[in-house]
Amino acid sequence: MQELPGDLIYTSEHEWLRQEEDGTVTIGITDHAQEALGDLVYVELPEVGQEVVSGGDMAVVESVKAASDVYSPVSGEVTGVNEALADSPESINSDPYGDGWIVRIRPSEEAAGTMTPNDYQEFVDGLDD
Amino acid sequence: MTEPLIFEKSRSGRRAFAQAPAAAMDTAIPGEFLRTDVPLMPEVSEMQVVRHYTRLSQQNFSIDTQFYPLGSCTMKYNPRACNAAALLPGFAGRHPLGPVSHGQGFLACMYDLQEMLKAVTGMMGVSLTPMAGAQGEFAGVAMIRAYHIARDDHERTEIIVPDAAHGTNPATAVMCGCTVRELPTGADGDIDVAALREAVGPKTAGIMLTNPSTLGVFERHIMEVAEIVHDAGGLLYYDGANLNAILGKVRPGDMGFDVIHMNLHKTFSTPHGGGGPGSGAIGVGERLLPFMPVPIVGKTGDGDSTYYDWLTTKDLPQSIGQLSGFMGNAGVLLRAYVYMRMVGKDGMRRIAEFATLNANYIQARLRQGGFELAYPDRRASHEFIVTLKKEAKTLDLTAMDVAKVLLDYGYHAPTTYFPLLVPECLLIEPTETETQDMLDRFCDAMIAIVEAARSGESRHKEAPFSLPVRRLDDVKAARNLDLAYKVVAE
Ligand SMILES: Cc1ncc(COP(=O)(O)O)c(C=O)c1O
Repeated sequence: MQELPGDLIYTSEHEWLRQEEDGTVTIGITDHAQEALGDLVYVELPEVGQEVVSGGDMAVVESVKAASDVYSPVSGEVTGVNEALADSPESINSDPYGDGWIVRIRPSEEAAGTMTPNDYQEFVDGLDD
Repeated sequence: MTEPLIFEKSRSGRRAFAQAPAAAMDTAIPGEFLRTDVPLMPEVSEMQVVRHYTRLSQQNFSIDTQFYPLGSCTMKYNPRACNAAALLPGFAGRHPLGPVSHGQGFLACMYDLQEMLKAVTGMMGVSLTPMAGAQGEFAGVAMIRAYHIARDDHERTEIIVPDAAHGTNPATAVMCGCTVRELPTGADGDIDVAALREAVGPKTAGIMLTNPSTLGVFERHIMEVAEIVHDAGGLLYYDGANLNAILGKVRPGDMGFDVIHMNLHKTFSTPHGGGGPGSGAIGVGERLLPFMPVPIVGKTGDGDSTYYDWLTTKDLPQSIGQLSGFMGNAGVLLRAYVYMRMVGKDGMRRIAEFATLNANYIQARLRQGGFELAYPDRRASHEFIVTLKKEAKTLDLTAMDVAKVLLDYGYHAPTTYFPLLVPECLLIEPTETETQDMLDRFCDAMIAIVEAARSGESRHKEAPFSLPVRRLDDVKAARNLDLAYKVVAE
């Protein structure tokens, strides 16, 4: 597995969050998640301006094996979506922490229950038996 | 090796003269409705037609030619006798709009089929109209909704579905306007009863369960589950896709289920898969009797005065309605009828016993051969799961690779990557109709595939080698969907 970027925080739903300077957070799925899903073929994104609630559906990622909901780790308003994923969903596979970002949200509250890179690494190791 | 379309073999003016209709045909159709130009048909000789379709049939995997252990699909041998009887001219020539008095034989068979299905499932009513498992599910959940609404219990809109369920279960719940509540599975393959207690409440419409489950194990807490759901005011739906495993042994009605669908096109002599006609007949307990989809075959009188007729919404005013043009797929229903009459009650029990024995035999041999079972502490039902998690990591041998190499061995692949909650899994269902020799050869192939990978071979990455088409790029196909056929020169 790819080294976990140290400047991100992580969730038990295998998402990562990056705090941006303008107060928004950028969200994507982790390398572990993309590997479990397999080659992605389609990503369904929310609308900019849409309100999302913590734990609610935010996006759908579809691979040849399965379609999975991506749950929002925070409540807030969607301020940006990665339009490039429409043509190249594979960026999530090749660059999950960079070009493969999914949405940007202006949170109305702090994200709860997130993990540091170390804690997330331990969490993932624990899943693999 | 690929066979061109028959249109590509067409040459202007070529004919199959022996098959051509007589030039001037007497017809009652008025002249203005008759076509004057030749229809767009391939212009080919009789021999070209024979070769074309024979080749296509040879390129096909089928239960007539290959072992087909496709889990959850019950691809067993379907006796020719069932088909022969279903095609008798009295059945095949019956017009569904013909008078009921002309179709008494057919209706009598359907009535008896309803009765036999009631007996073998322990339900109180059966309707044969749904034309697939998924449509049977739709009928079932629609009846559950109708039941609650008829009681003015409008808040019950939640359907509980275990995470191991077939995708049609949650899809059905949503189609019926319900929301889905997912239930986790324990490490032993049974559903998490504590989580179920938490999940039920005044919003619970019902639960959808497959038993034996899609994990290939029998749900041991079923009686407790039934009690919890009933106490909370919900109903129990039984997905009967795996009925083959329990025929004549245990009945969904006795387990407390209120409604079930049966995949007659798995258990009762029509092959599943290929998208052909099917039957998702449903059975109900007392509470749902008034809501059954119509038509249903009713019977009045006795002996010489016996008369069969269709029951419609006049007889069942609370029915959820009609789900198919007439009453499901007549041919599939007739085959099921003949099959049940042929095997009888004793035969049904033996079906379940041998289906289970065969699955457990393969499970034991593969375990000895070093395969990791998803539920090693459980006895298999009619199917079971191996996981290639370890092999995928250490040998780069995935479930998909094994499936493709098996094709080269001449076996259809088991179900791959379903259920979703077991990584790198193969769901193997041999069915009762295979010989021990066949099961042994399949096990030998499975073991040989892993051994080849272990000895450093990597051919499995490129398999299949022996089929008309090689490994398909399913990622590319999904990303750049292109369904237009492009003619390539012969
Ligand atoms: C467990 C299970 N439930 C439901 C279905 C749906 O049946 P059908 O394909 O006839 O719609 C299937 C189909 O294979 C199944 O395996």
